[in-house]
Amino acid sequence: MKKVFKRPEILKDVPFHYCPGCTHGVAHRLVAEVIEELGIRDIAIGVAPVGCSVFVMDYFEIDMFQGSHGRAPAVATGIKRVLPDRVVFTYQGDGDLAAIGTGEFVHAATRGEKITVIFINNAIYGMTGGQMAPTTIMGQVTKTTPFGRDRETNGYPIRVCEMLVPLEGAAYLARVAVHTPKAIIQAKKFIKRAFEVQLAGLGFSLVEVLSACPTNWGLSPLEAVKWLEENMVPYYPLGEYKSPAGGAIND
Amino acid sequence: MKGNEAIGEGAVRAGCRYFFGYPITPQSELTHYLAKRLPEVGGLYLQAESEVASINMVYGAAGAGARVMTSSSGPGISLMQEGLSYLAGAELPCVVVNLMRGGPGLGNIAPSQADYFQATKGGGHGDYHLIVLAPNSVQELLDFTGKAFELADYYRNPVMVMADGIMAQMMEPVELKDEAQVEIPAKPWAATGMIDHPGSKRIINSCYVIPEEMEAVNIRLKEKYTQITLNEQASEGYLLEDAEIVLVAFGTVSRICRAVVEKARQLGIPAGLFRPITLWPFPAEELKRTTGKAKCFLSVEMNMGQMVEDVQLTINGRAPVYHYGRLGGMVPVARDVLQEVQKLYSGGVVK
Repeated sequence: MKKVFKRPEILKDVPFHYCPGCTHGVAHRLVAEVIEELGIRDIAIGVAPVGCSVFVMDYFEIDMFQGSHGRAPAVATGIKRVLPDRVVFTYQGDGDLAAIGTGEFVHAATRGEKITVIFINNAIYGMTGGQMAPTTIMGQVTKTTPFGRDRETNGYPIRVCEMLVPLEGAAYLARVAVHTPKAIIQAKKFIKRAFEVQLAGLGFSLVEVLSACPTNWGLSPLEAVKWLEENMVPYYPLGEYKSPAGGAIND
Repeated sequence: MKGNEAIGEGAVRAGCRYFFGYPITPQSELTHYLAKRLPEVGGLYLQAESEVASINMVYGAAGAGARVMTSSSGPGISLMQEGLSYLAGAELPCVVVNLMRGGPGLGNIAPSQADYFQATKGGGHGDYHLIVLAPNSVQELLDFTGKAFELADYYRNPVMVMADGIMAQMMEPVELKDEAQVEIPAKPWAATGMIDHPGSKRIINSCYVIPEEMEAVNIRLKEKYTQITLNEQASEGYLLEDAEIVLVAFGTVSRICRAVVEKARQLGIPAGLFRPITLWPFPAEELKRTTGKAKCFLSVEMNMGQMVEDVQLTINGRAPVYHYGRLGGMVPVARDVLQEVQKLYSGGVVK
């Protein structure tokens, strides 16, 4: 029988530790498939964040670094400057990237650092048990916003792609989601473009991935993808925000 | 050559080709020097957005197998502590230069030795040690920077070269040896992409969620620190053979104290000087060995009394240990230290 679908070899054949319905697994697979399809496994080096996805360092069968909280783009900068012909990417959550790591990703983009950032936005801190993230949307209930995020106390959620657009060093910016088959197909396409931008030496690339966290959202996996569609997508519109070819939003 | 420039030249001659840093006084000229010098040898000087970013760039570059360095002064070194803990945990070699200034807080830009505890007792979180070298001349700034890279690679450990603002700004003649081809040891652990080591991935990591695994790493690190303590203690003695009163001082202060010892001898006081060259490991063995006749110790520092604790631990109650310090960027004056020595001597402490 012909095998039409298999696990990417880059992904270690072990059960992931992620909760049921968590979409980190989908995002891992997409990145792994892209690396495999581009034939860059031997020259790929990843940087894992602090948070649920720190174990990406174990799951990816390529050379990996584990960086401190929020600093993955600085670590990636060090690697890429020493080994400019390698493909270097970070995989970071929203607490890691958009809160504690705000300085590092903005300046990596400013420098036009030739790295790719995979930014998982699930609007919550997962590993630490469901606290408000910088991307928690208005009104969203978390452990530290028990009455819902309100602007007086917590201000507003960060739109990372939009804020990077004016930076000249940022060559490719896109926001995708992994909550429907259609969205997943588009997500893979844009993740691939981000890596291609790096391979072409065009500058900094980032793909924001809207992701589900059923455990900390207090929803079933199915309810979670519905919640993502109804609450996150309107605030975080999907599409390409910047691309060297002048790609349009909602491609 | 200026102290700051000597550190830069020492690094280049040791094969360092990457520097990531952030501006802070009094180490500015070091970055100016390397910003020019590194591109000449095909290297990279990159100004980061903060010391937090610099030390993490160092982490990336070190993990990718490069000889890499950063430098700063007190406030910036404080910001690097988390990164230093990660570097120690992931066993990455690198060199960090601290040209100390007055503190705490923003303090000032005057010379100080107040970061002794931070450098030698941890600084960052978790059980770890940096190797800490304390030069006392511009020549040593150059030589020790080179030595620091060798130690870092040999032990896979971050090494700190620690001096004060005077050393950074001071100019002295320097003997430059012929530039030799530097042999950088192989790094069969570096994560450079699987193209370099097909079939086996490498991870640069300090995260071990299973306590049994973390403890095994801690034990391995402890064994390494024991080896370093056995092999790398370095110090210098001056007129210690018959010294009854022993001054203990490092860096700039050790030069002042040498003059004090000479003056004291002229006055008939049998004084000597013990100068730690490695602050960690503290040269305890040599201090014990060479000061057998000493009846009293005086640790002279530009701080409230930090190294004096290591002297006390080493002497372990055998003789009284005193401290004399100037603070806040003030430098001890030889006359005042001599007075302190005379006071101790005539006060009967020594007799």
